[in-house]
Amino acid sequence: MNIHEYQGKEVLKQYGVAVPEGKVAFSVDEAVEAAQALGTPVVVVKAQIHAGGRGKAGGVKVAKNIDEVRAYASEILGKVLVTHQTGPEGKEVKRLLIEQGCDIKKEYYVGVVIDRGTGRVTMMASEEGGTEIEEVAAHSPEKIIKEVIDPAIGLQVFQARKLAYAINIPNELVNKAVKFMIALYTAFVDKDCSIAEINPLVVTGDGNVMALDAKLNFDSNALYRHKDIVALRDLEEEDAKEIEASKYDLSYIALEGNIGCMVNGAGLAMATMDIIKYYGGDPANFLDVGGGATKEKVTEAFKIILSDENVKGIFVNIFGGIMRCDVIADGVIAAAKELGLDRPLVVRLEGTNVELGKKMLNESGLNIVAADSMADGAQKIVNLVK
Amino acid sequence: MSILVNKDTKVITQGITGATGLFHAKGALEYGTQMVGGVTPGKGGTNVDITLENGKVVSLPVFNTVEQAVAATGATASVIYVPPAFAADSILEAVDAGLDLVICITEGIPVLDMVKVKRYMEGSKTTLIGPNCPGVITPDECKIGIMPGYIHTKGHVGVVSRSGTLTYEAVHQLSTRGIGQSSAVGIGGDPVKGSEFIDILNRFNEDPDTYAVIMIGEIGGTAEEEAAEWIKANMTKPVVGFIGGATAPPGKRMGHAGAIISGGKGTAAEKIATLEACGIKVAPTPSDMGSTLVSVLEEQGLLEKCTTGVAQA
Repeated sequence: MNIHEYQGKEVLKQYGVAVPEGKVAFSVDEAVEAAQALGTPVVVVKAQIHAGGRGKAGGVKVAKNIDEVRAYASEILGKVLVTHQTGPEGKEVKRLLIEQGCDIKKEYYVGVVIDRGTGRVTMMASEEGGTEIEEVAAHSPEKIIKEVIDPAIGLQVFQARKLAYAINIPNELVNKAVKFMIALYTAFVDKDCSIAEINPLVVTGDGNVMALDAKLNFDSNALYRHKDIVALRDLEEEDAKEIEASKYDLSYIALEGNIGCMVNGAGLAMATMDIIKYYGGDPANFLDVGGGATKEKVTEAFKIILSDENVKGIFVNIFGGIMRCDVIADGVIAAAKELGLDRPLVVRLEGTNVELGKKMLNESGLNIVAADSMADGAQKIVNLVK
Repeated sequence: MSILVNKDTKVITQGITGATGLFHAKGALEYGTQMVGGVTPGKGGTNVDITLENGKVVSLPVFNTVEQAVAATGATASVIYVPPAFAADSILEAVDAGLDLVICITEGIPVLDMVKVKRYMEGSKTTLIGPNCPGVITPDECKIGIMPGYIHTKGHVGVVSRSGTLTYEAVHQLSTRGIGQSSAVGIGGDPVKGSEFIDILNRFNEDPDTYAVIMIGEIGGTAEEEAAEWIKANMTKPVVGFIGGATAPPGKRMGHAGAIISGGKGTAAEKIATLEACGIKVAPTPSDMGSTLVSVLEEQGLLEKCTTGVAQA
C-alpha cells in the first residue's frame, strides 16, 4: 500500500526522523493559510500524488511570497501530472503539501528495502541524491553503498556510521545522519514497510540532516496490525475496479488491452496474459480468483471484467486443483445469465471435475467457445476480438 | 528415489482442526501419504476422525505442541495451514522441534515475519518449503500440500516452480505426454522464503532417479538468474525453463507478493536472456513447457528413459 509524501513524513516524524515543517492543503485557501502559519520566507508547494517524478512534471514549485503560494497552488491543484510512474493518462492533483523552504547544501539518497537474496532488510545510501536511484544503479553502481541488517539486533550504530562516511556526509553532521538512519530503520520495521526511500536526504545550511522527500510503501500482508496506516489509504489514487475486486478478495490489476481474463492462481494468470500477447492480443486485466473461489466470487469477478468498457471479449482459463471446474462453470453461467453476455467468451477448463464443468457449460445454452488448451483458448479469443 | 518426501515420510499437520487443514489432511490420506497426527494448541488430547472416500475412518491424534506431536508420532515433516498472522510462529515451532522438513502453505505472511524466521533457521537442520506454496509431491508415494494429486504420474522429471497453478499446468503437460515426475516442488511466490530454486535444483541433481528438470519462474527478484548461473556451473542434467509475467507492467504486484518488477529489475526479458545465455531452453509460451522439455529430452537421448507412462491423445 502506498501513502502520500506528507503522510509518510508524519509517520517518520513519530520515530524522530527529521523532516521539514509542513501542512497538507486541499484548496488554494488552505495552501495560503498553511504558508502563513509556517511563516518562513520561502515555502515549497508540492503536488501530492502516488507517483514519483513530480518535480520534472511541474508539480513542485518554490514560492517566495504569499502571492506566489496562491498562484502555484491554483496552478497545481486540479492539474493532471504525467510522470514516468503515472502512465500516459497521468494523475490529477487533489492535495498539496505546503512546506518550509530549506537551505540545501547537498543532496543524498537513503533507502531501506528487503533484499530477497539475503532475506534481510538492507539500507542503501548514495552521494548521488535527488536523481533516480535506478539511474545511479545502472551507471555507477559503486556509488550505492549497502548495509545488510541482522533482524536479531537491528541496524547498528557502526553500520549507519559506515554509510554516513561512505557517502561523505560532512564530519560534524555524521552523528545526526546516524540518528536519522537508525530512526528510519526503526520506522521501517515497526510499521512493516516494504520500501522506505528518502530521496533526497539533505544537509542544510543551518546544520540539519533532513528528509526532503519520503516515499513509504507498506506490506499489504501486514496491514492487519497497522490500523493507523490503513487509515491513510487514499482510494482516489487507486483504480475503482481494483478497489471493488479487493472487497471480494480477488486479485485484480487493470491493464490497457481489450481481452478480459479470469484465471485461478497468480502464476497462471500472469502466464495467461503472456500467451494472449504472444498470439497478438492485448489483455485488459490480471485477475486471479484464487484457490477457494465460490460461485459468488466468480460472478463478482465477471461483473468487474464486464464493467471495463474496453473489454471486447473474455478468456476464462482455469486449472482446477482445489478449485473445482463445476464451481467455475456454475459461476460463469450465473454471471452470464445475470449480466447478459454480449461479448465473446472463451473458456478453457482443466483439472478437478473438468467433464462435469464442460457439460454444464455446453448445456447452459450460452454462446461459449470451449478451448482444449491455453494456447487454443488464447488463439480463439484473439481471433474473436479482432 | 525422489527428493524431500517419499512413502516413508511421516507427516503432521499444523492447524489440523481448521477447515483448510482438515480438507487437505484428507486429500493427503487419500493419496496414501503417512499422515500421523496434527497440532492445534488447546485441542491436545483429542482426535480428528477423517472418513475417506472408501468409507474407511482414520483417527488422527491432536497435540498442543509440535514437540509433543513429534515425540508421540515420530513425524519428520510438517505441513502448515495456520492463518497468516500466526504462521511464522508455527514455522518457528516446527524448526525448534527439530523436524527435517516444514512445508508452509499459508499465503499472506508479513514479509518481516519471514525475515525473522529465516534468521532463526540459520544453522538449523530443517528445510523449509514456502510459504505461499502448493507443497511437495512424489507421485504415487507422498503428497503434502494442496496440489491435485491425480494429474501426477511417477517418473524421472523434476519440477520446481514459484507458482502453484503453473506447476499443475506443467505436470499435466508432462503426464499427458507419458512423462512421469520424480518430485514436484512449489517453492512459493513470496519474496522471502525457505528454499530457493538452487536448493531444490541441487537435490534434483543429486537424485539418481531424476533425469531432467523443469524450472518455472516469474517476474521479480533475481532468483532465476542466480539459478541459471548455478545450473551452468553445476547441473549435470538438462533443465528447461519458463518465466511468467513477460507482459506484466512495472510497479504492479501480480498477485504473488514476490511477483513485482521494481526499480527496473526482475523483468521476464532479463530472466529469459540469462537462462538462454546459460544454455537453458525456455518455453516460448506456458502451453509449450511440456513440448520444450520433450525436444530437449530427444536431443539428449533421454526421451525413452523418461517416458514412463502412456501418452494421451
